[in-house]
Amino acid sequence: MVKELEYADPASCEMLKRAAAENIETVWDRYETMQPQCGFGSLGICCRNCSMGPCRIDPFGEGPQAGVCGATADTIAARNLARMIAGGASAHSEHGRMVAHAFLMAVSDPHSAYEIKSPEKLKAVARIYGIETEGRQTNEIAKQLGEAALEDFGRRQGTVRMATTAPQARQDLWDQQGITPRSIDREIVDIMGRTHIGVDADYKNIMKQGLRVALGDGWGGSMIATELQDILFGSPEPIRSTANFGVLREDHVNIVVHGHEPILSDIIADVSQDTKLIEKAQEKGANGINIAGMCCTANEMLMRRGIPVVGSFLQQELAIMTGGVDLMVVDIQCIMPALRKVADRFHTKLVTTSPTAKIAGVTHIEFHEDQAVTIARRIIETAVENYTNREPARVQIPESTERLVAGFTSESVFRFLGGRYRGTYRPLNDAIIAGRLRGAAGVVGCSNPNVEYEEGHIKLVTELLRNDTLVVSTGCDAITCAKHGLMKPEAAFEYAGEGLQEICRAVGIPPVLHLGSCVDNSRILRTLANVVAEGGLGDDISDLPVAGAAPEWMSEKAVAIGSYFVASGVYTIIGHPLPIMGSENLHRYLTEEIEAEIGGKWAFELDPIEAAHKMLRHIDKKRKALKLKPMMYKQAFEPEE
Amino acid sequence: MKLMIVINVDKCLGCKSCEMACAVEHSSSQSLLQAIRESPAPRARVSVRQGTGYSVPLQCRQCENAPCVEICPTNALHRDDLESPVVVDHDLCIGCNWCVLACPFGVIRIDSAQGAVIKCDQCAQRVERGESPACVSACPTGALAFKTMDEILEEKREASLVLIQRGLSGGET
Repeated sequence: MVKELEYADPASCEMLKRAAAENIETVWDRYETMQPQCGFGSLGICCRNCSMGPCRIDPFGEGPQAGVCGATADTIAARNLARMIAGGASAHSEHGRMVAHAFLMAVSDPHSAYEIKSPEKLKAVARIYGIETEGRQTNEIAKQLGEAALEDFGRRQGTVRMATTAPQARQDLWDQQGITPRSIDREIVDIMGRTHIGVDADYKNIMKQGLRVALGDGWGGSMIATELQDILFGSPEPIRSTANFGVLREDHVNIVVHGHEPILSDIIADVSQDTKLIEKAQEKGANGINIAGMCCTANEMLMRRGIPVVGSFLQQELAIMTGGVDLMVVDIQCIMPALRKVADRFHTKLVTTSPTAKIAGVTHIEFHEDQAVTIARRIIETAVENYTNREPARVQIPESTERLVAGFTSESVFRFLGGRYRGTYRPLNDAIIAGRLRGAAGVVGCSNPNVEYEEGHIKLVTELLRNDTLVVSTGCDAITCAKHGLMKPEAAFEYAGEGLQEICRAVGIPPVLHLGSCVDNSRILRTLANVVAEGGLGDDISDLPVAGAAPEWMSEKAVAIGSYFVASGVYTIIGHPLPIMGSENLHRYLTEEIEAEIGGKWAFELDPIEAAHKMLRHIDKKRKALKLKPMMYKQAFEPEE
Repeated sequence: MKLMIVINVDKCLGCKSCEMACAVEHSSSQSLLQAIRESPAPRARVSVRQGTGYSVPLQCRQCENAPCVEICPTNALHRDDLESPVVVDHDLCIGCNWCVLACPFGVIRIDSAQGAVIKCDQCAQRVERGESPACVSACPTGALAFKTMDEILEEKREASLVLIQRGLSGGET
């Protein structure tokens, strides 16, 4: 099958041509052979929750309109969506829990390879949990914080402590709606129980619990992951790096770290500097050891260490096809089982490491935090050994790379904005109030072969920039923006409207700010809370002239993320609709009625320019409600009143 | 060459993807997300039926000597030639239901919203574009296929050769 990419970066296009020429199957081929995909599944009206079924609702109204138990399209679609949210929240929260365990071990075990890199942030986060910090040892505070964070997963009484960092008005609304998360795990278990045969049949009630699960993710599991990682691995500061296949080095042992966690890859990065290992690599004829990242492991390593990025989710097979990857080590999430097949066609050694993420037939070197260095060394040695198996004639590393600046966080970017010594959101709020900035947007999420790769991300982001909207980005959207040059400071002059250009020039930031991995969407929540706290733009996140988007969403995590943004009061637009369209009532609820209850809502729009315009209309609506000044400069998109 | 929609009953899982694809193909939007909101709702021309221990999609067999065409009082049911599918001219159809009664397979039915009968037209527009009928493309297991009579006969002959071979090697014919 010959698939040509029309919009993607040149390196991906080159590798996909190679795939066609050498008859190597990729995600795009498998997507084609899967067509047409099941209409019942796409519409969310297939139920497999009990064995009186499986049941399907006829969307054309002629066949069955209820399952064997009597569940309607509304109930079935809501249950399915709620379970997707639970899946996504579980993925993030398991990540958070693993970090919390590593964190506790790091501060309890004197032989640990990890140490607290950001004592300053430790104190700030400890204060959220009401932990005394004055005059206490770092390790003492950290132990108490690790325990307290783990409490949030299985709390018996009260609510998720981390979520008390949301604006007060928001917390009050959650209480009023009955969706304040009690504990991270409990809400997920609740969903699984509630969607069992014969429990909750009210689609609105099911969705409320879906939002509660999602809040336990965004303001719980994900936020704990981000905060503890910052304390343990260092709080990111703006840092330069490069992205795309050109970061692989022909004369080096190339190790690609892929997945979502920094726990193992951070140690790999450290150990790869070991002179003995470098000497070993030289003995094998390489000039050194090169570590590069893929997906959100890349984002984690980029944010804190400036380690270059190989690519995003859809590039994982293509990276191996360069013939220059000596070892790809994976942790959790978004790792295509198909990697095994493509790795078999090249010399690349694929290594799984997580006890929760194995691939049959693939080498598994299980990672344990307490033996981090030994295991990292073993993995690097395997890569070095494998370098000699490289077939030089088959190495075809595309040259293209792009420069970028990453490392922005809810703390670092605004320390930048407000001056080196005192972080403040005043200049950002003032820029919005004065009409220099129209608003801000979070553009995040996956890549998906069901749309033209990268087109939606880039068109949507650049349309926002043109209209003086500052964009913050995470996950695969961030990698896509980086590859397309939107994260260079000078990108502002090419893409941004006049007002946004002035901000970028004054502060020296790119118009699209890289905030990190997908758990780091919690940084966006934190930023929104800080903007509210700074004052002048309303009392709640739902008052802010902001919007969120995930043009190429694909994972359950994306559904959880979208849900916690909606539940936090954000207008959230995605490309292909959620799989709920078989229920007209649920569709209306999530895209219209829910706004009156919670301040945020979902929207679906495949055309990226139209999606950007819908976001801008929402931003304008909020500006109007806040009675903000008219825009300082003429806007490219001025909707008709 | 006359093409037939043929069914391998062993492969049908009863998923009804063919029904859904057929309804979408015969909608005005031809897109799933819009088709489900159309009024009148688009109707499938194929229906998956349950037998004892098997399921099977049923649609018009495009009979050479079609009773529906014979009986139609207004010539609404017609075909261009013997190789083309039987189609309905909705302007001519008066909804008398004679064809419904005459059809030996029960695959013609009245669509009250249109006041006319509907039946499988073998997706004439898709076939003109060189594609298979929608039900055939949608079938995830290949239980539905679109083939010429010659191909079908050839496959049957090949299969019978295997039977004969087995019989010879087993000493029985």
